[in-house]
Amino acid sequence: MKHTISVLVENRFGAFNRVATMFSGRGFNIHSISIGETEEPEISRMTLVTSGDDQIIEQVVKQLNRLIDTIKVIDLTGQPRIERELALITVFYQKGTRTELTNICDIFRGNIVDINNRTLTLEITGPPDKIDAVINVVSQYGIKEIARSGTVALKRGEQSKIQPIRLGRTTTKEKEKV
Amino acid sequence: MKEHKQKMSGAEIFFECLHKEKVEYIFGYPGGSVLKLYEKLYDVDFLEHILTRHEQGATHAAEGYAKATGKVGVVLVTSGPGATNTVTGIADAYMDSIPIVVFTGQVPTRLIGNDAFQEADIMGITRPITKHNFLVRDVKELAETIRKAFFIASTGRPGPVLVDLPKDVINSMCEFEYPEKVDLRGYKPTFMGHQNQIKKAAEMLKKAKRPLLYVGGGVIMSGGTRELALLAKENNLPVTMTLQGLGAFPGTDDLSLGMLGMHGTYWANQAVNSCDLLIALGARFDDRVTGKVESFSTKSYKIHVDVDPTAIDKNVLVDLPIVGDVKHVLAELASEMDEHPDLSEWWKQIEKWKKECPFDLDPNDGMLRTQFVIEKISEKTKGHAVVVSDVGQHQMWIAQHYKFVHPRSHLTSGGLGTMGFSVPASIGAAFGVKDRPIISISGDGGFQMNIQELITAVANKLPIKFIVINNSFLGMVRQWQELFHAEKYSFTDLSKSNPDFRKVAEAFGLAAFSVEHPKEVDSVLDEAFAINDRPVFIEFKVVKEDMVFPMVPAGASIGEMMTKRLNPKTMV
Ligand SMILES: Cc1ncc(C[n+]2csc(CCOP(=O)(O)OP(=O)(O)O)c2C)c(N)n1
Repeated sequence: MKHTISVLVENRFGAFNRVATMFSGRGFNIHSISIGETEEPEISRMTLVTSGDDQIIEQVVKQLNRLIDTIKVIDLTGQPRIERELALITVFYQKGTRTELTNICDIFRGNIVDINNRTLTLEITGPPDKIDAVINVVSQYGIKEIARSGTVALKRGEQSKIQPIRLGRTTTKEKEKV
Repeated sequence: MKEHKQKMSGAEIFFECLHKEKVEYIFGYPGGSVLKLYEKLYDVDFLEHILTRHEQGATHAAEGYAKATGKVGVVLVTSGPGATNTVTGIADAYMDSIPIVVFTGQVPTRLIGNDAFQEADIMGITRPITKHNFLVRDVKELAETIRKAFFIASTGRPGPVLVDLPKDVINSMCEFEYPEKVDLRGYKPTFMGHQNQIKKAAEMLKKAKRPLLYVGGGVIMSGGTRELALLAKENNLPVTMTLQGLGAFPGTDDLSLGMLGMHGTYWANQAVNSCDLLIALGARFDDRVTGKVESFSTKSYKIHVDVDPTAIDKNVLVDLPIVGDVKHVLAELASEMDEHPDLSEWWKQIEKWKKECPFDLDPNDGMLRTQFVIEKISEKTKGHAVVVSDVGQHQMWIAQHYKFVHPRSHLTSGGLGTMGFSVPASIGAAFGVKDRPIISISGDGGFQMNIQELITAVANKLPIKFIVINNSFLGMVRQWQELFHAEKYSFTDLSKSNPDFRKVAEAFGLAAFSVEHPKEVDSVLDEAFAINDRPVFIEFKVVKEDMVFPMVPAGASIGEMMTKRLNPKTMV
């Protein structure tokens, strides 16, 4: 089963690499990975889409937590969440099919962001299955290239807010105990 | 008014930090990018630098020191080849959770990524084999980074940390301040085990009819051997240990079943398979322990105590996990045990197994065998020595026949299985432990993998006993070839190409002995153990084609042990 996992990491040299290395080293599946800054400049958010049985997913989450640069790991699967992906799809068109493609684009609330005499490029945003659907539909016209951003996701509601300052203090206290 | 501190160079800051961390020894090797550090080191008197003859040796020495003392082992090497030579030792420390901090020189920051002379991306190379690694990009971060490195290496589940030091960082100046506390919001090892879980564990234990303690190296690392002894003795519990757990509980005690797993005792493995409650303590259900996972201890309720949450449910699903420091959990668990289980039936069964299939007896055919040598050494030292084994058959025979009575006495490369570990690791141990004999035991193959470190022992007058069990073969591989690979002894016969080990040792400056007959063993050991002002070498020329039994073939279930007696071929 596919899982969407959100990981807050220190925005530091090598942090992204560490996660990628851990996935390849332990043979975990990785379907997509995306990373970007958050509201805190020292923290980045990675969104990972992975798959495996419960035991594997449990290991994925634990191994992510075990990395020193990892601040928080949330498995969003099964939780109320917003999930989005951006895709750019360049499709071949002929005289008759251009309007068909424009219509498809409208139905999926996408934009045509580039066009020349042979191809046009669709920009589609939505949950990954919507992107899959668009690709499926336009494939009959002949796809030249696809670029997908990978999934980004947030928990719905205020739970997705992070409180790095408090987190930091708890950490120090825990450490004194050790 | 802000107090202005005097500025110090990166090199000075480096040593100030090590001073604050109470570092006694650095194992290292100089080179271009760390020259500034070595320049400063010349005048440092609060710690000692040990020059090994290879950076791999330095890393294993640091491991040996750390494992024998519980303190952090420290390594200092140059960039490029110096750094890459530490990789095996780092991987070894990672697999066996040994706290070491490795400082590597690096080319100046402006040259990083340029394929500069002696540049290697040691950060990239060691990322999957370190607990954490740091590249120090600014001298202002140096002190804090070193503080963090020692903290990470030594807390929670210990492990190796690498700190990469570009040359310009070491050369630049800044004010020195050593942070009192480390602030790592992404790192908070769990210390206290969950109270309710511990209570539940106690309830299970009180009710158990056939309980078994399965003890790993984590018990030793947490310092929980006294707590373990208390729990086991008060409740009359059988204890079996992993390769790394040996020494956590006295092998001489009646409650000890010895080692479990691939070359474990028959009775320990039978107990694992038949127990109704298995309590894993600081152990990780390694494949050399479990054999075929599906048939591992299927009748038992499993409790797993470990400080590392990832160890839990990784290989074997358990019923009751307790994440926390093993020492602490053991103490709590012992205090919860207000009634003790009646285990007389269980012990009767275990005694029966012990009689059913004891270790191979010496056939008394006048030939020298490793088991006999190990037993003699065990007798001679009364189990009090620090024994540093290498990898192979002799390693398993040591685990089976040396009766360890103290923790931190059995030093071996278990996880990675690194040949060449013993010689340098024993050197590290000898710096850490001065009041007990240090015995390095290698096969004739592994001895040649870090043989250069003999001179390090000689130069430092370390009274180590270097023992080589010479069977003229890469014995363990030969055993597998005989059993599982159609007796094709491909590249494992060293009989025509081994050097004269006694002469080699003599050339290095050791007192050297060679033994061929069982009768000589006692007297040579006496003679060798009487020499304590320098290292001693003893070669035991043993039977060539002996095999370690009992054995669980890889991937088989531990109920299916091969218990064949001594290899018939060598009996004739
Ligand atoms: C660095 C390294 N290379 C290869 C191996 C594979 N290996 C495991 S045991 C062994 C044989 C060891 O022979 P020896 O050192 O003579 O010890 P013996 O088994 O005879 O006691 C080998 C080659 C290893 N463990 N480590």
